[in-house]
Amino acid sequence: MAMSDDAGDDVAIGNETDSKGRLLTSDGRPLRAALERANRRRKLTAFGLVTPLLAFIVIFFAYPIVQMMWRSVDNPAVIEALPRTLDALQDWDGEELPSEDVYRALYEDMMADEELPRIEQKIGPLAVRLNYEVSAARGAISRTSRNVDEFEPPYKEAFMDAHRLWNDTEIWRIIEREGRPLTASYYVAAVDAEYNADNEIVRADENRRIYVSLFGRTFAMSIVITFMTFALGFPIAYYLSSLPMSKANLLMIAVLLPFWTSLLVRTSAWIVLLQGQGVINDSLVGLGLIGDDDRLSMIYNQTGTIIAMTHILLPFMVLPLYSVMKTIPPSYARAARSLGATPFTAFRRVYFPQTLPGIAAGGVLVFIISIGYYITPALVGGQDGRMISNEIARHIQSSLNWGLAAALGTMLLVSVLILYWLFNKLVGTDSLKFG
Amino acid sequence: MSLPAYYTTKDKVWHYAFRVICFSIFFFLLAPILIMIPLSFNAGPYFTFTREMLTLNPEGYSLRWYQDFLGDEGWMRSISNSFIIGIAATVLSTSLGTLAALGLSRAEMPAKGLIMGILISPMIVPLIISAAGMFFFFSQINIAQTFVGVVLAHAALGTPFVVITVTATLVGFDQSLTRAAANLGASPTTNFFKITMPLILPGVISGALFAFITSFDEIVVVLFVAGVEQRTIPREMWSGIREDISPTILAVATILVLISIALLTVVELLRRRGERMRGLSPQ
Repeated sequence: MAMSDDAGDDVAIGNETDSKGRLLTSDGRPLRAALERANRRRKLTAFGLVTPLLAFIVIFFAYPIVQMMWRSVDNPAVIEALPRTLDALQDWDGEELPSEDVYRALYEDMMADEELPRIEQKIGPLAVRLNYEVSAARGAISRTSRNVDEFEPPYKEAFMDAHRLWNDTEIWRIIEREGRPLTASYYVAAVDAEYNADNEIVRADENRRIYVSLFGRTFAMSIVITFMTFALGFPIAYYLSSLPMSKANLLMIAVLLPFWTSLLVRTSAWIVLLQGQGVINDSLVGLGLIGDDDRLSMIYNQTGTIIAMTHILLPFMVLPLYSVMKTIPPSYARAARSLGATPFTAFRRVYFPQTLPGIAAGGVLVFIISIGYYITPALVGGQDGRMISNEIARHIQSSLNWGLAAALGTMLLVSVLILYWLFNKLVGTDSLKFG
Repeated sequence: MSLPAYYTTKDKVWHYAFRVICFSIFFFLLAPILIMIPLSFNAGPYFTFTREMLTLNPEGYSLRWYQDFLGDEGWMRSISNSFIIGIAATVLSTSLGTLAALGLSRAEMPAKGLIMGILISPMIVPLIISAAGMFFFFSQINIAQTFVGVVLAHAALGTPFVVITVTATLVGFDQSLTRAAANLGASPTTNFFKITMPLILPGVISGALFAFITSFDEIVVVLFVAGVEQRTIPREMWSGIREDISPTILAVATILVLISIALLTVVELLRRRGERMRGLSPQ
């Protein structure tokens, strides 16, 4: 604030003017320049205060994410491992198996790689990379490269004897296609498509389509969760806004306590309640409503995820709704009533439209949070309650297909950013409040 | 509360029905959290009320899960880890965030919208994406699986809350106070610590509390960036839930609920104080 407003404020207007009739300051500088300088200095001070955090966020947050997104198109493996082969492949027609020259180049590439220290060897990463495209590639390449120093010309036969994969134009098509610094193949895989023999992008086989339906399920579950939080949040926000301040603050604790309680605590609470031997099932059996043998399965599936996430995200709906509803004067609805509207019409035509900014804010907020949710689906989702972030985590931690994880992550991030932009258009970030 | 005299029977029924609906939703919000408290005193290894507990037989209750928790080295270490990481991340994000908020609330700040967008992005980007990015980057610069890495990550996630709360406090800030101080000869530093700081302190503290709870409750980044040495309470709970779920989790959960009640009270008091100071509260 005024911390250094004074730094640039030492502009005292003198009585002098210069030869062109411009006003001067008391120490003889042109007034306009002096003011501009002061203004620049103030801008710099303001910017200087923001710089440390900006630099911190850019280095430790924004850059890592951009770098991760880069992984979704970055494609160094083939170029680095097989420079000679790619060179020789330039004349290949793509119809039949490549000529002996290409196989000799491949032999040379593999031999050259063996000379390198283990840490710089490129054939290993190549095998992993090509394995994403054709699942026999890792075995084929590592077996071939183990025996390559015993190969004799003609190399074509030697390679074809070493592994049947070298006898197939498919692997050569892939090497040619992926021998470029950038690739689209992770995105192709992420939308359940694949390349056919003519290098055209076609839909993958029925049984290998995973991600589009997973995205669809993530969106569908998020819509259901958003709707549930709206259905539960609207009445209580309305009720709270109609109460006097002191009472509303007291009841607000019911909304704020879950908001402040650890996410894992809330998730484990639902496991405790919903599991087969849990409180709800035990009560239902105890009351004789269901038999001991047909206890409801409410957890480790989609139902469990939706229930737990609705509970977890409900405060994010109630808080913006409440802050909007508090500003709506009750006299409007009363005026509608006195003009002859039924209670329902007064609500529908007069009150409800005024709550729309709150509904938009809460709805987009809940939706944005739920499409990227990881922890709760991972713990209580089972198979059919999994969401897209669980698949991203799986590719990073266990299948190690980082390019595909990056492609899925980029798609998720872009959807969230679009929604956030929408949110900003609709309500503006100023309405974000906590507690 | 007596109902208005002109209410018809239908109005009355609706009035009470609506209250019943609202209170069942409040029940839905609170019950799952509160039900864990009695269950954590279970004498048996169950997640449900045993017959002894329902008949209030003292034999049905015990402190064994609390003993289990207190006697476990892993849990104890996770507590100190959580506090070390949480406090370090809070100090870092609060100091950086407060400075930035001071800059952002100046009228002459250039490119305000863009910078604000970047600064609050850690709050918007899904955690799984942040965690994945940090996982790759921190491994490259060799701070993955170190305390430094987890603290930096949590500080980044906590700063948006500090920026937003402190900026909000500065909206009602009277500029003439600092000008008066400067006029009376206060240096910028004196001015900041004697005039600005005491006035924005409630905002800074609630921002800091948000930053702390963000770190204290954070699990996704910990799963990706932390090693065995940096296991925090949520990380231990995660393994507890996934591997062998025992009522020890309930004991931990009860303690965490009590901590959140304490934090909630502090934030609420600060908020009311702030509103009173700015004359926004009706009281």
